[in-house]
Amino acid sequence: MRTLYQFNGGIHPPENKEPSTQSGIARAPLPSKLVIPFRQHAGAAAKPIVRAGDRVLKGQLIGMPDGFISSAVHASTSGTIAAIGAQPIAHPSGLPDLCATLIPDGREEWIAHAAPSTSLRTEFDYRNSDPAELRQQLRMSGVVGLGGAVFPGDIKLRPGNRKIDTLILNGAECEPYITCDDMLMRERAAEIVQGAEMLRFMLDAGEVLIGIEDNKPQAIAAMRQAVTESGLPFEVVVVPTIYPGGSAKQLIRVLTGLEVPSGKLPTDIGVQCFNVATAYSAYRALAHGEPVLSRIITITGNVRRAQNFEVLLGTPVRDLAALGEALPDTDRYLMGGPMMGLPLASTDIPLVKASNCIIAASDKLFPPAPPALPCIRCMRCAEACPADLQPMDLFWFSQSKEFDKAQQFSLFDCIECGACSYVCPSHIPLVQYFQFAKSEIRAREQDQQAADHARERHEFREYRFEREKQEKAEKLAAREQAAKQAQPAVPSMNPADAMQQKIQAAIARAREQAAASKPKNTENLTAQQQAEIAEIEARRAHIHELAKSAGEHKKE
Amino acid sequence: MSALFSPFISKPDTVSAIMLRVLLALLPGIALYVWHFGPAILVSIALASLTALGTEALMLKLRNRPVMHFVSDNSALLTGWLLALSIPPLAPWWLVVVGTAFAIAIAKHLYGGLGNNPFNPAMIGYAVLIISFPAQMTHWLTPHGLGPVEVGFLEQLKYMFVGALPPNVTLDAVTMATPLDTLKTRLHLDESVGQIFEMPIYGRLAGQGSEMVSLGFLLGGLYLLAARIITWHIPVAFLGTLFAAAGIFHLADPAHYAAPLFHWFSGAAMLGAFFILTDPVTGPTTNKGKLIFAAGAGLLTYLIRAFGSFPDGIAFATLLMNICVPLIVLYTQPPVFGKKAKASGKEKGQP
Repeated sequence: MRTLYQFNGGIHPPENKEPSTQSGIARAPLPSKLVIPFRQHAGAAAKPIVRAGDRVLKGQLIGMPDGFISSAVHASTSGTIAAIGAQPIAHPSGLPDLCATLIPDGREEWIAHAAPSTSLRTEFDYRNSDPAELRQQLRMSGVVGLGGAVFPGDIKLRPGNRKIDTLILNGAECEPYITCDDMLMRERAAEIVQGAEMLRFMLDAGEVLIGIEDNKPQAIAAMRQAVTESGLPFEVVVVPTIYPGGSAKQLIRVLTGLEVPSGKLPTDIGVQCFNVATAYSAYRALAHGEPVLSRIITITGNVRRAQNFEVLLGTPVRDLAALGEALPDTDRYLMGGPMMGLPLASTDIPLVKASNCIIAASDKLFPPAPPALPCIRCMRCAEACPADLQPMDLFWFSQSKEFDKAQQFSLFDCIECGACSYVCPSHIPLVQYFQFAKSEIRAREQDQQAADHARERHEFREYRFEREKQEKAEKLAAREQAAKQAQPAVPSMNPADAMQQKIQAAIARAREQAAASKPKNTENLTAQQQAEIAEIEARRAHIHELAKSAGEHKKE
Repeated sequence: MSALFSPFISKPDTVSAIMLRVLLALLPGIALYVWHFGPAILVSIALASLTALGTEALMLKLRNRPVMHFVSDNSALLTGWLLALSIPPLAPWWLVVVGTAFAIAIAKHLYGGLGNNPFNPAMIGYAVLIISFPAQMTHWLTPHGLGPVEVGFLEQLKYMFVGALPPNVTLDAVTMATPLDTLKTRLHLDESVGQIFEMPIYGRLAGQGSEMVSLGFLLGGLYLLAARIITWHIPVAFLGTLFAAAGIFHLADPAHYAAPLFHWFSGAAMLGAFFILTDPVTGPTTNKGKLIFAAGAGLLTYLIRAFGSFPDGIAFATLLMNICVPLIVLYTQPPVFGKKAKASGKEKGQP
């Protein structure tokens, strides 16, 4: 029996997972219209490579990865591109983003790709492939983290500066209501295990641990059986059900006892973590050449028929809501779970790679919180915080806009899981305050960067003027010299000229001194401001490094 | 209006429900109080409750805050009850009114109301009364069966409201000094602790009757612990330090220093350990901080009781430690996830 570890905090909200696990995964019918965003992943949006009017096949690349952190986007079915333009998407800002509108032709005509084999026996020989090529294949197949962060899979698989000891497959699915990973593990365990082995191969990882919360006995049994049948030395580890136990850092802690240092990545401590659905899509991409065109999504909540559907990416929420037969008093939809989900502005919004669940909601299902009372510092939030923060202090600093203090008290270690808001007896929307404070700090840093940039440009401009002046003077001097040599009649320099030269030199010296002593914005700062600047500089250096490594990647 | 931001679910827990449960936890102690000293305390509690709610409403009105929203949080009620339980039940009616009004208006609302007051309001109210009206603050009732005469409830009421006692009854006949006070005065008269404790006002552990009331508060405190409204840190650190301090002096000189259990069950020790020091608003927010805070309060309480000029020290100990809270909290911040001492992490790594 493996020793499990604990993280502090965590909560036990009502799970509400039963309704959507009563029947298996069903395939959602082809919608009449698909809206496919070009940014369904963390990083830069894919660059559209089709135009309105183009006919596309199912699986055809329509968005090319653009930049280091980016991923490909494909046509989810065959049909005609009706438009390319900004459409409303699921984003907290409510701002629209670039999408392709695809009108399906109903033929589901595939691009040429490796024929989907009905048996796993026809094994794809990835072991004799170059991991770099496999990563490229994943990038071009649009394989991103399907646990919610949608970080491009190929980047997470790049060899780092440290050997990966442990690959963790995240099947914890800790958030209430959501059951898409549960059902996927129950029904497609063998593919997940094969995908995990491919990920392990690319990472050259040691052990593989598959973490599943103990409220999913059927998924655990299915995965155990699949592991046994595969003959692979993987271990299915049952972890206690606690929210947010499925958060990567918390799951790593539970399984390995290791804590990912603040501001670092799991790979820095020799661990990498993938969602089970990501492993599944990696398998489909590598073994069958299928890009990510669909995903399993739970429709639940205020519906008659809670179930999991395999939904084509780009399907409007409305279609899935109709499949779930949302009850008439449904007045809004959430994308994601009740703890971290996002309320949707409309049902036109398309389902994307990050969508794991749609909850039909009403005031009856999620009664509005009573009006907030002041914080009484009861510490329930601190007890619930899985990041060991002191949310009541962060709240105080955020509310009074003391952002430096908030940062000092590790605001950016907050994972916004909502556990603090959940337990708050004063019903203070704590997470909202933290999101506000974070965005304010980021905005301020951007302003600072812009100011730095402007100052640098201004200084360079001054330097350029100075340099040009000097160059002109030098040229003039050279010409005079030449002229003098041409007529050597005058033996020595004319005293007026000599005086002029001395004056020039003095002026130049004075200018230099002035430039050196000119007070810059960065002088005479308070210790606090200096500390802030130092921090920002450190971050900038980090970004520069990232950019550099991105550049190196391009050269590859 | 429906929520626009996650999370959309929350634990069905409210400030008013928490405060209500704390009030409930006081009931065993109050019941034993009534049993041993008569129902006069209930009148004090009623007066304090009315004053607390009235002052709270008035202050909210003056501060342009939604009155019902805040009055219903039960926090003012709790302040009133704690103050009523801290002052003598036979004190004149205006004493409890002045104390409660001061606690709510000055100690709570002038600092910004619920959640913003640095000092425990009930203890501020107590401190004001004991400094301003020391004589009236000594009108502690004699427990049943100990006094030379027993006055009825109606006569007690009459005394509280109009200051008149039945003919032939003097105030000294119905009131007495508290066990802590008696101990202090008698020790000054060079009596030994053993001799003093032979007086009829002393029971098994501490004062006759009052030790039972303390036991009642202990019971209520255990309920608060079980209901996870408070954590163990403050009661354990406070009672532990009080026990240790009293124990050391008692062992060194048992004739002049009472035993630790006497200190536990005398005065407001139990009330302080479970109900006063555990006030979240005025206490520290870190577990380590709570230990320091309560240990400091325990030590101060003992020092005031043994060497100070006041018979009990809970109120001043609480207020003095309240001052230290921001500093304590600053220096006891727990390590953040991923910023802990490297111990738990890096070593494992390499196979």
